[in-house]
Amino acid sequence: MKIVTCIKQVPDTEAEIKWDIPKGTLKRDGMDPIINPFDEFALEEALLTRENFDGDIIAISMGPEKASDVLRNALALTVNEVHRLTDDAFAGSDTYATAYILAAAIKKIGDVDVVFCGKQSTDGNTGVVGAELASILGFSQLTYVSKVRQIDAANKKIVVERSIEGGIEVIEAKLPAVVSVIKGINEPRLPNLMGIRKAAKIEIPAWNADDLGIDKAKVGHEGASTKVVEIAVPPPRGAGEILKGELEDIANIVTDKLIDLKVIK
Amino acid sequence: MANDVWVYIEHKDGNASPMSFELLGIGKELADNLGSSVCAFVVGENVENIAKEAFSYGASKVYSVEDGVFKGFRAEAYAKAASFLLDKYKPEVALFRATSQGTDVSAASAASLGFGLCTDSIGIKIDGGQIKLTRAAFGGNYTVTVVNEKAKPQITTVRPKAFAMPEKDASKQGETVKESFSIAESDLNTKVLEFIKSEVAVNLVEADIIVSGGRGVGGDDGFKMMKELADILGAAVGASRAAVDSGWISYEHQVGQTGKTVKPKIYIACGISGAIQHLAGMRTSDCIVAINKDPDAPIFKNASYGIVGDYKQVVPKIIEKFKTKLNK
Repeated sequence: MKIVTCIKQVPDTEAEIKWDIPKGTLKRDGMDPIINPFDEFALEEALLTRENFDGDIIAISMGPEKASDVLRNALALTVNEVHRLTDDAFAGSDTYATAYILAAAIKKIGDVDVVFCGKQSTDGNTGVVGAELASILGFSQLTYVSKVRQIDAANKKIVVERSIEGGIEVIEAKLPAVVSVIKGINEPRLPNLMGIRKAAKIEIPAWNADDLGIDKAKVGHEGASTKVVEIAVPPPRGAGEILKGELEDIANIVTDKLIDLKVIK
Repeated sequence: MANDVWVYIEHKDGNASPMSFELLGIGKELADNLGSSVCAFVVGENVENIAKEAFSYGASKVYSVEDGVFKGFRAEAYAKAASFLLDKYKPEVALFRATSQGTDVSAASAASLGFGLCTDSIGIKIDGGQIKLTRAAFGGNYTVTVVNEKAKPQITTVRPKAFAMPEKDASKQGETVKESFSIAESDLNTKVLEFIKSEVAVNLVEADIIVSGGRGVGGDDGFKMMKELADILGAAVGASRAAVDSGWISYEHQVGQTGKTVKPKIYIACGISGAIQHLAGMRTSDCIVAINKDPDAPIFKNASYGIVGDYKQVVPKIIEKFKTKLNK
């Protein structure tokens, strides 16, 4: 089995976000970076899959030099191979351009059976790169996956559970597939000291646009079809009323106010 | 017409999901502004009734692809049919709901047409003839406004409940355009084996009322009380990340940056301190009631009504009052 996992470095969810307003991109320097929380589940699912079905895991990440950290972490968790996808031309890529770059790397890796990625990133929050990736590659599109029931590499088949509105959908799909996973699918493990030490010494290979055979006009600011024109902080909600007094009175007031909204039937 | 506004209609086995027509309202506004029409489009098997319903919610035309291969939703099959329609008619903009189905179909359609899309819009306006879409990023700590100058149709998913449901008028009629498009079953990669309906049937995204519990509710028993209040109000039960990570309730209930984004009319937050990651998922709720022991909890800065106190005393009292006042 050849397993690819796409991981992204994102600013810590607690970090103060700084924007390069004219460009509409993030100033990533000075922000504490972490692995996108959803991608931790993707990486863990790749590790579990290898344990159950054997094979190799290749982790890829698109990003600047600093993004090597998440790949080094993946190496510490014993993935077999990593590649950082980086090129000045990639900056400002929108979801399609990002999926196109990742797809080019997956094609270059070749003979991939399954791609695991997180449901969404916590910075861009778009949640569509997995689906776009599947569409570009022509792989089975399996999103919101909460459980991988079965993988049959020999017969090129996978069965997953998808957690969607109102319940769980069980899908059987042909491999290769792109599987985007949700939180709760597994418990991500932590790397051990030996793994961290080993990974620290490994040089992280980088692939640029030429290595990937990418048409630069299709990616980055140049290629993106969607363009950010304004960034704003949503207006503060403003504190309302703190209800004070005896519990009996407070409960009366709040239930009256809620019933007055005419939403409760 | 070339600059029409299209709205994708979701359904399950030929029954439109109840909220599926909500985008026809904002779609009509946009179309009026563009001097064009709002149209619905639907893919499936036996979708005639859906077309009729779409007219009653304001669609002037319904484009449909009907075939046995579209029995039961499958992202790749529906996306192929949707992109066929979008590519053939090239409307100005195509609106999808930011649900699992809407997101899957829109993303795969946009990618197969070779361009990007804007997801989870919370604002749509036309400014100087250009469509500007506003969405939240960083879990709602920022909003970004994007334009799409290169692609047509411009594709976006729209956060459920971001716009009001249009009035229904069953007397309205319209034109149906049936397109023939099919795919061989053997060309499809996926097969739905079964659907296991959730016992709790959580649909936080569509709920009008949510009763949510956090770390402060302390455990399973706390959530039993949340459920009791929710049942009286016809509400869904939500939870903060802390409650989910503690194993008191499953992930499908989680509201916030790594959970669901919700916009109910009433959000009752019990024992939730109001970390930015949680606020990100619920701050656009119409009315927020916060119950927390800590008077300095950040949730109070965002609540319409705050009650400082122990939920174990406050919630039973509220349940009692609702029971009396609602005759339950």
